[in-house]
Amino acid sequence: MSPVSRGAGGASETTLVQDPALPPVAVDESVLEAEDRRWTPAKIAVWVALALVGGLAWVMLALVRGETVNAIWFVFAAVCTYLIAYRFYSKYIEKQLLKPNDVRATPAEYKADGKDYVRTDRNVLFGHHFAAIAGAGPLVGPVLAAQMGYLPGTMWIIVGVVLAGAVQDYLVMFFSMRRGGRSLGQMAREELGVVGGTAALLATLLIMIIIVAILALVVVNALGESPWGVFSVAMTIPIALFMGVYLRFLRPGKVMEVSIIGFVLLLAAIIGGGAVANTGWGQALFHLDRVPIAWGIIVYGFIAAVLPVWLLLAPRDYLSTFMKIGVIVLLAIAIVVVRPEVSVPAFSEYAFKDNGPVFAGGLFPFLFVTIACGALSGFHALISSGTTPKLVEKERQTRFIGYGGMLMESFVAIMALVAAVSIDRGLYFVMNSPASLTGGTVETAAAWVNGLGLAGVNVTPEFLAGTAQSVGEPSIVSRTGGAPTLAVGLSHIMQQFIGGAGLAAFWYHFAIMFEALFILTAVDAGTRVARFMLQDSIGNVIPKFKDTSWRPGAWLCTAIMVAGWGYILILGVTDPLGGINTFFPLFGIANQLLAAIALAVCLAIAAKRGTFRHLWIVALPLAFAAVVTITASAYKIFSLVPAVGYFAQNAAFSQALADGKTSFGTARSVAAMEAVVRNTMVQGVLSVVFVVLAIIVIITALIATMRAFRAGGGDSTEDPAVPSRVYAPSGPVPTATERAVLDEWKAAGISTVPAAHH
Amino acid sequence: MSLTSGGPDGGGRTTALAGVRSALAAVRAYLRGVMGADAYERYLEHHRAEEAAGRCAAPPLTEREFWRDRTDRQDTDPQGRCC
Repeated sequence: MSPVSRGAGGASETTLVQDPALPPVAVDESVLEAEDRRWTPAKIAVWVALALVGGLAWVMLALVRGETVNAIWFVFAAVCTYLIAYRFYSKYIEKQLLKPNDVRATPAEYKADGKDYVRTDRNVLFGHHFAAIAGAGPLVGPVLAAQMGYLPGTMWIIVGVVLAGAVQDYLVMFFSMRRGGRSLGQMAREELGVVGGTAALLATLLIMIIIVAILALVVVNALGESPWGVFSVAMTIPIALFMGVYLRFLRPGKVMEVSIIGFVLLLAAIIGGGAVANTGWGQALFHLDRVPIAWGIIVYGFIAAVLPVWLLLAPRDYLSTFMKIGVIVLLAIAIVVVRPEVSVPAFSEYAFKDNGPVFAGGLFPFLFVTIACGALSGFHALISSGTTPKLVEKERQTRFIGYGGMLMESFVAIMALVAAVSIDRGLYFVMNSPASLTGGTVETAAAWVNGLGLAGVNVTPEFLAGTAQSVGEPSIVSRTGGAPTLAVGLSHIMQQFIGGAGLAAFWYHFAIMFEALFILTAVDAGTRVARFMLQDSIGNVIPKFKDTSWRPGAWLCTAIMVAGWGYILILGVTDPLGGINTFFPLFGIANQLLAAIALAVCLAIAAKRGTFRHLWIVALPLAFAAVVTITASAYKIFSLVPAVGYFAQNAAFSQALADGKTSFGTARSVAAMEAVVRNTMVQGVLSVVFVVLAIIVIITALIATMRAFRAGGGDSTEDPAVPSRVYAPSGPVPTATERAVLDEWKAAGISTVPAAHH
Repeated sequence: MSLTSGGPDGGGRTTALAGVRSALAAVRAYLRGVMGADAYERYLEHHRAEEAAGRCAAPPLTEREFWRDRTDRQDTDPQGRCC
């Protein structure tokens, strides 16, 4: 087996030769291909079986129209499609477009410092990367999208991740790895020049503000008028502070120990919350309206972003990772064991209309922006460039970690969708429609939802009140934002798995707690990252700001960022039209525009490598993301339907005010009407700015691509190639040839195991 | 982790127990890796390798120093968490 490599990748790359004294540091490409092509009967049988089961599952979901469909078919459809896509499509991308070269050392090897650049076992890094990309996003979007029935969301999550989301994550990770772990912003600057790079930076900054604001809005909506939720989520702060002090002073480095202590304390906070919420003082202290909670989160966000990392962010991160892995594994097992029946139709009455109460707008394009995380999430480009590429051991592993990691997140989104569609349909619409429609009480909400004429919807006020009581909440009417619905769905599934009806309230608050935990960590970290980006930008004009340890600059920039997302959060909380249903599309559009920017950068890089024949792999998701987001933005900017277009809504309310009306639509006072005028203007202007910036980035990327096409390639911005001196298999389980190479290393007496994984 | 491969002294159960124990140890090591709890061990490993190659003169950081340095460096180089 000859380990000598071909010059893979960049046109300018010279052929690398490994140290002949070492066993092979790479399996030769031709050997790998021969192994792939060797179709034994057993292998054929496995893939045929997977294809058949997956196909059957899709038929059950898409074509068979029974009373109900079992949730297990969602799991089969998703898992079989993922496996086939991973085995065939991601390999195709690897072979035709990225051409990794294991003879080439990764940054973790040639820049090894034992701290930031550390070779990490591929399976460990997979878990680490997954924990960094998965958060509350894939849990919320699918819940809202369930308004259109289960099928549109399911199809987009699964097809979208295969052709777009996982491709983006894989490409960004690979290109960043070839550049020593450079960030998306730095790559945009290098590949697209000053104009494209600056537009990308500005867009990223604005998008981070809007994403943090909407995530915070989800938490506020979940905690509003919920003393139990407010108590248990508030307790995460002292718990994290305690963990921080414990790790810093008492027992440094005992991460697992402190995480377990923190987890037990969290459980105690959830259980204690139930008792506290039933006391008079608990009600008085923790029963808060949404506006004070929003202010609380704004103040928290500022303090958390200026406190040292060790005190709050690091311990919160450990807790959040711990919860993430635990909850997702538990939920997957529960869905497989419980196999809930889904009575929601495949396509609902709102699938082909644009006036749904949960979010406005038609299936195209609004389904595709409502579900961002789980199908295609631009935010991942910020994670996939940066930390993970500095830890990858061998180039070929990026397919498993980048593409595979995103498939896992997509599966989380499918589970969230299952949880949302397994609850009563009437209950779903009562929970997710704004109070201006439901009227806010169980009687008005029941009358409203029964009057919608939806199939299978017939709820009684007693049922609504009983559901609220069983999950320990004062009310479940108009609890928008997705988190409470997911919590009800999760509680519904989990209580059948562990604990029975007696634990319904515990599971509900457990779900609220972990969503809040993920979101508050994202708020804190997002503010910090945005602050550094702002300081760096201002630093180009006033150099003093580049010094990130300069307190006044740090505080000022943090305050600007918090004011930015805090303003949008307050607008969302006080929005007379409901908040989530008008603001959530902005979140999705922002996230997808970031994806379009990331894919545009990847397109330019791939073109400069001279791989034009297979450029469609990048161009396809880029075109789709661009069309979806630009169309969605155009609807939001130009639509004449007030429920859809921000400026149409603005004009309608301005006109009503000018006519001297004191109540219009769902706004029942002049102040509320003025609020609508202001909010729609802010939303409209943000939409315009986003879409203009994204179009600039895409155009500069297309220019760079065309230029590379004419020249037959372009300058490579990769780090110089260094021959590798280590070996590790590329997938989760070594293949026969990979095991043979591992044996050669063993025979030579050289450990191939990354440090500390014995 | 075979339940049937007992030793000569009727150690079928001990082998199984050892199997369970090593499986648990593997799960623990995996979780430690994902959480980043093994960062100091990996740093020491790197440091030792550098020393062996004759590239490193300074003594390694102590465990306390290492963790302080780790979180303090995050203060100046924040990483985003996803939504």
